[in-house]
Amino acid sequence: MSPRYARGVSATPEELKTRIEAAIPGATASVTGDGHHFNAVVSAPAFQGLPRLAQHRLVYDVFGSEVGDRIHALSIQTRSSETENRR
Amino acid sequence: MSDETTNPMREAIQSAISENPVILFMKGNPDQPACGFSARTVAMLQSLDQPFAAVDILPDPRIRQELSALSNWPTIPQLFINGELVGGCDIITEMYQSGELQEALGLDTASAGQSAPEPDAVEAPPLSIETLR
Repeated sequence: MSPRYARGVSATPEELKTRIEAAIPGATASVTGDGHHFNAVVSAPAFQGLPRLAQHRLVYDVFGSEVGDRIHALSIQTRSSETENRR
Repeated sequence: MSDETTNPMREAIQSAISENPVILFMKGNPDQPACGFSARTVAMLQSLDQPFAAVDILPDPRIRQELSALSNWPTIPQLFINGELVGGCDIITEMYQSGELQEALGLDTASAGQSAPEPDAVEAPPLSIETLR
């Protein structure tokens, strides 16, 4: 993981949004949070056909061991495309 | 890092998952959840009158470490049904609302479509590690 995301340095919703969109092809993320607890709504074509558990894992995988540590809590809702709001 | 071939903690977690058809790993216990996400998950299971085993991960940091290594899932709570990870609070909430959770538990889906129940004391958990940071 890049040293830019060092332990102890607060995460921002903008950082999470940027990293999710950079890591998951075609993803659009909307992230809110207070620096420790975050909520991310992520749309990506890559989610199509994947079970919800696998979709959420793709998002958690962007942050690795930072989840539960630097990113204290990360709630996730996933959509396989922007037009499909609910499965 | 401990040797995977002789890891009593991981084996104990694996046995607990195998032996209990519905088991929730959470912060605190069902009577006194120590985190809002755990509290909400407990409230959903209780609203379905679903009996479940619960493991408090807080007393020993190795429980969470080994659980997450085993399940490849970073957050708590984690609900397992018939030996399989079903998800954490977000997924359980979506499944509760759509009726998929009731289906996975083998219950009738009459309560599907309801919004997830809110636990009584989300605002003031009895022991919130999070707020101490």
